[in-house]
Amino acid sequence: MGQITLENVQKKFGEVEVIPPLNLEINDGEFVVFVGPSGCGKSTLLRLIAGLEDVTGGQITIDGADATNVPPAKRSLAMVFQSYALYPHMTVRKNIAFPMRMAGVDQAEQNRRIESAAAALNLTDYLDRRPGQLSGGQRQRVAIGRAIVREPAAFLFDEPLSNLDAALRVGMRMEIGELHKKLATTMIYVTHDQVEAMTMADKIVVLRAGHIEQVGSPLELYRAPQNTFVAGFIGSPKMNLIEGAAAAEHNAATIGIRPEHLDVSTTEGKWQGTVGVAEHLGSDTFIHIHGIPGCDPMTVRAGGEVDVRHGDTVYLTPQEQHLHRFDANGQRIA
Amino acid sequence: MARAVTTQRKAINTAIAWIVGLLIFFPILWTILTSFKTEAEAIANPPVFLFFDWTLENYGVVQERSNYMRFLWNSVFLAGGSTLLGIIIAVPAAWSMAFVPSKRTKDILLWMLSTKMLPAVGVLYPIYLLCIRLGVLDNRFALVVVLMLINLPIIVWMLYTYFKEIPGEILEAARMDGAGLKEELLYVLTPMAVPGIASTILLNFILAWNEAFWTLNLTSVDAAPLTAFIASYSSPEGLFFAKLSAASTMAIAPILILGWFSQKQLVRGLTFGAVK
Repeated sequence: MGQITLENVQKKFGEVEVIPPLNLEINDGEFVVFVGPSGCGKSTLLRLIAGLEDVTGGQITIDGADATNVPPAKRSLAMVFQSYALYPHMTVRKNIAFPMRMAGVDQAEQNRRIESAAAALNLTDYLDRRPGQLSGGQRQRVAIGRAIVREPAAFLFDEPLSNLDAALRVGMRMEIGELHKKLATTMIYVTHDQVEAMTMADKIVVLRAGHIEQVGSPLELYRAPQNTFVAGFIGSPKMNLIEGAAAAEHNAATIGIRPEHLDVSTTEGKWQGTVGVAEHLGSDTFIHIHGIPGCDPMTVRAGGEVDVRHGDTVYLTPQEQHLHRFDANGQRIA
Repeated sequence: MARAVTTQRKAINTAIAWIVGLLIFFPILWTILTSFKTEAEAIANPPVFLFFDWTLENYGVVQERSNYMRFLWNSVFLAGGSTLLGIIIAVPAAWSMAFVPSKRTKDILLWMLSTKMLPAVGVLYPIYLLCIRLGVLDNRFALVVVLMLINLPIIVWMLYTYFKEIPGEILEAARMDGAGLKEELLYVLTPMAVPGIASTILLNFILAWNEAFWTLNLTSVDAAPLTAFIASYSSPEGLFFAKLSAASTMAIAPILILGWFSQKQLVRGLTFGAVK
């Protein structure tokens, strides 16, 4: 089980309100990602759930029981930290065994769970090494192993991949995803990387300045962002947000169009602009176009075969069915 | 790019380092040499360096005249006792300052350090009178407390610096793993801080061993450590340099040997935090 409910949860550091009262429901077995820019309070929110920070107000319920004032050790949650937070003086085996030792699990059962976690995480050959002798990816695996053996109600991940290099990050992302499928345990994952959020989550919680901007599945957020913030945050490259006359045409203060929903032509189109930078990735070409009123630069995602250079004049036409409209407050117009 | 250092440059640097090292060590070397001279040779002008009649006579006289072992035991008792007591008080203090700091933690640390800036003699009278009033003048236990208080700021500071180096996330991980405060301290923090605690103990032991101001002023016979033992040879029958040197050598030998064997720990302890 791993049903977590936050009711009017609030956090202040002194006079500064980091998390205004907030409500959130996390269902059993769900993979929930908290995403937002630096300083949006996503890590603080995770730490409140973990019990590493005390809430200023509100209630946290885990599996129906009030956990608001329960110490972290008693919440049956496991956490994987950004810095891995392994015990440097213990071997991998002892690191993984530590939570079971604390819980008083008998030795035979401890060994069984260590062996099985080590096998699942490719750590069998490293059990007698210390964290200092492992690579970043291996350390991360040990941290995950230490979390798994507890058999927690939910896993909490605090930006676990940000210390890894890009290639390793993609690999670990998939491993964590597979782990979730296998264990079917609730996972709460904090990241500032929207690609991680989109690829891993069942449910994404977009945060800004402690507020929940939107909760939904990755595709819901992609297809129907509730406001300009979510629109700009989810999706890569970012959605183009256009203000002024072009928006007024659609009875909106701002309209949004994703780079992949713009048709580019060298001869005709709705908007005319000049190519600034064209990034040729092979499969795709990202073109940054200047000179279009209300949005500078506008980014277009075109096919890999498109051949445009700096200074070329191009014409863009938005695909009307993919246009997003927002009012003066930045809220979505249905 | 690493800075290129020529062989010649290296040789010059090494030579300078040796000269400075010897210069610093010279008074100790001279003391040791003098302790093997006769009184006449000790004050000879020009001084003799190595070519004199080596004699152990001074050591014999010193041992005969005063009970070296009693002074030695007092030194061990004072240095050991004050260090132990200091650590017992400083570990929880440094712990709370490093891991649950309050708004005033920095101020408290600075205030503690500021007591070290006060000349000791400034509080000699109050402490002296206090000892008389309490009837603990020349008492080993009282001196243990005084020495502990003198060095406590340094112990707290050193431990604080060490504990600060331990990432808070590791403690949080322990908490998440189900460790209570006791387990957290016992299984995670203490093992990680052992090198730091060890070098703090070592340094403090040496500081307490060498402390002369309070040990001279607050003791006469019973509690007198090796510092008093040395001082007793500088008077009153006039100066006997060779015997004074023999006494000094006997007094500093234990700590010199201890320091020699633990220099790696000491250097690590003193530079911890500054050099990673």
